[in-house]
Amino acid sequence: MSEREPLLVVDDLRKEFPVRSGFLIERVTRTVKAVDGVSFAIQPGRTLGLVGESGSGKSTTGYCILQLVKPTAGSVRFKGKELTTIGRGELRTLRRDMQIIFQDPYSSLDPRMTVGDIVSEPLQIHGVGTRRDRRLRVRELLDVVGFNPDYENRYPHEFSGGQRQRIGVARALALNPDLIICDEPVSALDVSIQAQILNLLKDLQRDFGLTYLFISHDLAVVRSMSDDIAVMKDGKIVETGLADEVYERPKERYTRALLAAVPVPDPRKMQERRHERRRLSHSLAQG
Amino acid sequence: MALLEVKGLKTHFFTREGVVRAVDGVTFSVDAGQAIGIVGESGSGKSVTALSIMGLIPRPPARIVDGSVEFQGRDLTTLSDRQLEDVRGREIAMIFQDPMTSLNPTLKIKTQITEVLDRHFGYSKDEAGRRAVELLEEVRIPNASERLEDYPHRFSGGMRQRVMIAIALACNPKLLIADEPTTALDVTVQAEILDLLEELRRDHEMGLILITHDMGVVAEVADEVAVMYAGQIVEHAPTLELFDHPEHPYTEALLGALPQLEGEDVREGRLLSIPGRPPDLIAPPPGCRFAPRCPYAHLGDGCADNEPELRRIRQNHLVRSRHPASERQREAAPV
Repeated sequence: MSEREPLLVVDDLRKEFPVRSGFLIERVTRTVKAVDGVSFAIQPGRTLGLVGESGSGKSTTGYCILQLVKPTAGSVRFKGKELTTIGRGELRTLRRDMQIIFQDPYSSLDPRMTVGDIVSEPLQIHGVGTRRDRRLRVRELLDVVGFNPDYENRYPHEFSGGQRQRIGVARALALNPDLIICDEPVSALDVSIQAQILNLLKDLQRDFGLTYLFISHDLAVVRSMSDDIAVMKDGKIVETGLADEVYERPKERYTRALLAAVPVPDPRKMQERRHERRRLSHSLAQG
Repeated sequence: MALLEVKGLKTHFFTREGVVRAVDGVTFSVDAGQAIGIVGESGSGKSVTALSIMGLIPRPPARIVDGSVEFQGRDLTTLSDRQLEDVRGREIAMIFQDPMTSLNPTLKIKTQITEVLDRHFGYSKDEAGRRAVELLEEVRIPNASERLEDYPHRFSGGMRQRVMIAIALACNPKLLIADEPTTALDVTVQAEILDLLEELRRDHEMGLILITHDMGVVAEVADEVAVMYAGQIVEHAPTLELFDHPEHPYTEALLGALPQLEGEDVREGRLLSIPGRPPDLIAPPPGCRFAPRCPYAHLGDGCADNEPELRRIRQNHLVRSRHPASERQREAAPV
C-alpha cells in the first residue's frame, strides 16, 4: 500500500438507534447497534468496497462518514480534519470534497427540477461562479458522464434508470470532490445498463483521481470496482484486506459462506459450490 | 408429451399510447420434472409470459391475441375463469418476488394454507391442519406446528418465501412458476431457497419455470434456458450449452456485462456494455429487434428490415439472429 496520508480514516465508528416500545407511553427499551466499532482507512485514488447483507450497517456507515447521520461515537478524519467535532461552517466547506451517489435515481432526483438545475444545484449552494459559468460547467459535466447536454432543460422522469444515474453522477462531480461514496449505485439497474455505469465510474476515477467508498450487497459488482474490501455483518467489519486476497483466500467463515452463496453464471461450478455451501452452513450452524 | 406447451404466444397491452407488444410470439415447452429458466432484463416480457400462462394478466388492458398454452393437452387460453381457477393452484402454482405482498397480513399462516386445501380438496379442519404442518416441515420451517399460528410479519423474508412455497406445494402441482423468487432476498438466503426449490422439484417431479434477470440463478437451477429480449425468445438451449457456446449477440453481451466474482485481474478490466437500451414495444424495429444495439448488424445485411426466425443452429440450440457466434467465426476464418 502507498505511504501517503489516507484521505479518509474511520476509527471505532458507532451508531446506535433507540428502539421505542410501549402502549400510549413510549419509552426507549433498548438500542440497535447499527454500526458497532467500524474502523478503516482509504488512500487517495483507491476504492474500498464495503460489502454486506441487508441490515449489516454498510449504508449507515456511509451516512455517518458524511455526517448525514450523527455518529454515536468514534472518529471520522477526512483530509486530516475530524468531522465529528468540526464546526458547521467548516463542515460545509469540507462537504464540497465528499459527495454521495444513491441507489435509486428515481427517488434521489427532485422531479420538479430540470436536469440542468439538478446538476448545478451544488454549485449554486456553494456559490461557485456566475450563472453563465455554472451553465457551461453543467454542460461539460453532462458530457463527461455521457449524457446529452442538449437535454439539460428536460425533467428526470423523461429518462431511463441508467440515464438518471448519469445525472446523479454528474451532480456528485459538480464540485470536483475528492471522495465519492457510492451507495448501491447500480442495484436498481439492469445488467447491461449496470455495466455502463460501472465502466463510467471507473473512467471517472482514472481521469479525476477520485477516491471511492463503494457500498454494495453484490459481491461480484464490489469485486470489479474495489482495491480493498471490508466485509460487514451485524454492524462490524468481520474481514478486511486487499480485494484479491479476500476473494481468493477468505479467512473468515462468514466471508466464505457469503462467497459460496453467490450464484455464479457458470453451470459447471454449480455442484462444487453447492457442496461448499452445505459444508459451510453446517459449520456456521455449529458456531 | 410435454407437460406444458406454449406456442406462438402473443400478449399485447392495449393502451392509450398504442399497442404494447409485451409478448410477441413465444414458443417453448416444459416436461415433467424439468426446470426451464426464462432470463431477460426488465421489459423483456418474461413476467408477462408467466402471467399469461396462469391466466393472470390484467384484462383490460392486456389480451392474449394469438397462440396457445397447452397444459397436459388442454389449451388454457380457451378456458373460462372458473375452469382456470381449478387449474391454478391445483395443477399449476406460482410464487412471486415479494412474498409479503402475496400473503395476507391479517391472516394466520395456518388459515392461508388450509384455505387452499379446502378450496381444492374440501379437507376437514383436522386433516387440513395436519397437512399444513407437513407442508411447513417440507419447506424446512422449524417448529412448524407453532409457526402455523403466526402472522406473516413474524417471519423473515426468506421464511415468508418458504411459506409461499408451502402454499404452492399444498396441492402437489405438476408445474411451479417462480417469478424472481429470490430477487428480494440476501444472497445466503437466496442460496437456501434455490436449494430448496431444487430438492422439491426432484422429490415431486415437478416442472419448474424460473423467471429471473440473474444469469447466475439460471446457471444454478435450470436444465434449459430461454433468453428473452423485447418480447421474444432470442436464444434457447440446454444450460451448459448456452453458457459454453452462447450464439446470440445479446446473450454474449449479457454474459460479458456481468462482473466476475473470480479471477485476479477483474479490477483492471472493463465490463462489456451494450450501447443504447431495449426498443419501444409499441413500435419495435421492423427487422431484428436487437439490430439497433448489435455490433454485428451492418447496413445492407437485412438486419434492419427483416425479422429473423428462431432457428435451429445445432441440436437443441435455437437462435434468432442473422449473426450467431458460430457463423461469424466461420465467416472470419481464413479460407
